[in-house]
Amino acid sequence: MSELSDLYQQVILDHNKKPRNFHKLEGANRHADGYNPLCGDQLSVYLQMEDDVVKDVSFEGTGCAISKAAASMMTQSVKGKTRGEAETLFHEFHRMVTGELDEEATPNGLGRLKIFAGVRDYPARVKCASLSWHTLHAALHGEEIATTES
Amino acid sequence: MAAVTEQTLVDVENIVEAALVDAPVNISSVGVWDVERVRRDFPVLSQTVNGKPLVYLDSAASAQVPQVVIDRGSKYLGEEHSNVHRGVHYLSQRATSAYEGSRERVRRFINAREAAECVFVRGCTEGINLVMHGYGRKFIVEGDEIIISAMEHHSNIVPWQMLCEEKGARLRVIPMNDQGELQLDEFEKLLNERTKLVGVIHISNALGTINPVKEIVATAHKHGVPVLVDGAQGAPHLNIDVQDLDCDFYILSGHKLFAPTGSGVVYGKRELLDRMNPFIGGGSMIRSVTFEKTTYAGLPDKFEAGTPAIASQIGLGAAIDYLNGMDRAAALRHEQELLEYATARLNEIEGVTIIGTAGEKASVISFTVQDIHPHDIGTILDAEGIAIRAGHHCAQPVMQRFQIPATARASFAFYNTREEADKLVSAIRRVIEVFK
Ligand SMILES: Cc1ncc(COP(=O)(O)O)c(C=O)c1O
Repeated sequence: MSELSDLYQQVILDHNKKPRNFHKLEGANRHADGYNPLCGDQLSVYLQMEDDVVKDVSFEGTGCAISKAAASMMTQSVKGKTRGEAETLFHEFHRMVTGELDEEATPNGLGRLKIFAGVRDYPARVKCASLSWHTLHAALHGEEIATTES
Repeated sequence: MAAVTEQTLVDVENIVEAALVDAPVNISSVGVWDVERVRRDFPVLSQTVNGKPLVYLDSAASAQVPQVVIDRGSKYLGEEHSNVHRGVHYLSQRATSAYEGSRERVRRFINAREAAECVFVRGCTEGINLVMHGYGRKFIVEGDEIIISAMEHHSNIVPWQMLCEEKGARLRVIPMNDQGELQLDEFEKLLNERTKLVGVIHISNALGTINPVKEIVATAHKHGVPVLVDGAQGAPHLNIDVQDLDCDFYILSGHKLFAPTGSGVVYGKRELLDRMNPFIGGGSMIRSVTFEKTTYAGLPDKFEAGTPAIASQIGLGAAIDYLNGMDRAAALRHEQELLEYATARLNEIEGVTIIGTAGEKASVISFTVQDIHPHDIGTILDAEGIAIRAGHHCAQPVMQRFQIPATARASFAFYNTREEADKLVSAIRRVIEVFK
């Protein structure tokens, strides 16, 4: 079991308090809603895609610190990326928080997102961290609704 | 065949009686609640979690199981394991006698007129669905109305919505005030000649409110409407007398009553159960089957198709013995003291808001801490070895009523202590510190 402070790192607490890109996106051409039916968390991800590039991205909704911070940092890290790059990040992030990817041993593009690695020691919280990513994934695929219960 | 069955039943009844007489007894001296001694009856409680002694404040989700219940379960599995009602052989008779003995214990525990009015189900959710299918689908038609309350658990909402959808009936809701108390004057206004059923939670798992069920039943009966009481949280915290309440259905969940999961009871008045359709079809619930026609068994078998959760239901009987063996009044008083104490201490913390402040409350405390999400509270408390529930408690309409996404909930049983309430309070202060 990792220390609690690994989960609630300062960066995460900061993003929770001041989430980035936390608003509805005017000019969005893609949008999906994500639900975690276990806890009732709900968020929306908005995308403005230009050709194959995430020109702009934002989110709204309610959730715990982990899910809010994860969403906030998700928006920062996919902005400007191509759809393919964003998808790769989604898979890497998902594999990291479920413990399938050792983010230190295997090359990856996670960068600052590695601070969510600690979540894998808290199985009940993995879905909090990945909800926004699932929702992004759905929005990229033109689906309207994502859920952590797949 | 019939002769054998009847003879078996007579034997079973004798054995049942014998078993009831030498039920295990665990009496603490009258009036004084020796919580440390009681805690020793619950092996789970002596664990450490994350290096800290477990503080279990989630009994409203599932209550812990005393050693005597565990022993009774292993005795069944080790010495009596076999199917009930099906064999003339020794083991099956012992299993049947234990199983029926448990039903008789339930009868006495809730003061039903006869054991046949106590149908075994796998939990409260299944129990309410039994009534929906057996009673609702048979007697409720288009244009009818079903009244439930604003504080129901999803298990007493969704089945009725499904029925309303199917039949074109209408669901109506008794509102509650800001304290989390039902507005009974509004309830009276909802009752009319189209009302076919009232479903109400005895104690709210999300707010702790104890509803005046007896009064609700009396009001509904004035209009000739039967009442189902969701007693999942009622039975663990109150003495239940279904004849005194005069409710038509009372549903129990074993795992909230210090018994294993997979046990539960639908109490129903015979007159209603007799008229109802069966729920699940299959073995054990029939009198005779031909390809042309099946006739159903009498009560309670009509509602108990298939092999039940025998070990769990026997465990429920043992849990009832355990409760009967204690000074229940002292236990309930202890819970009320914990409620008062924890409420006062939580109210001292700036930023803590208790959701549900009804005048009549059980030892269930829902709260929020500033705008910190309850899941974060739950995780941080877990690191301290403290188990609470965080979320919507399967009562999303309650959350909507109070305009919050979720709450943290600490629920106390008679085995909890003041020190544990203190630990909860210090841990919440730590949560606030982390999120400062
Ligand atoms: C008031 C209430 N009703 C119904 C239920 C569902 O009971 P069960 O888990 O036995 O199906 C619960 C438990 O979550 C409850 O607290």
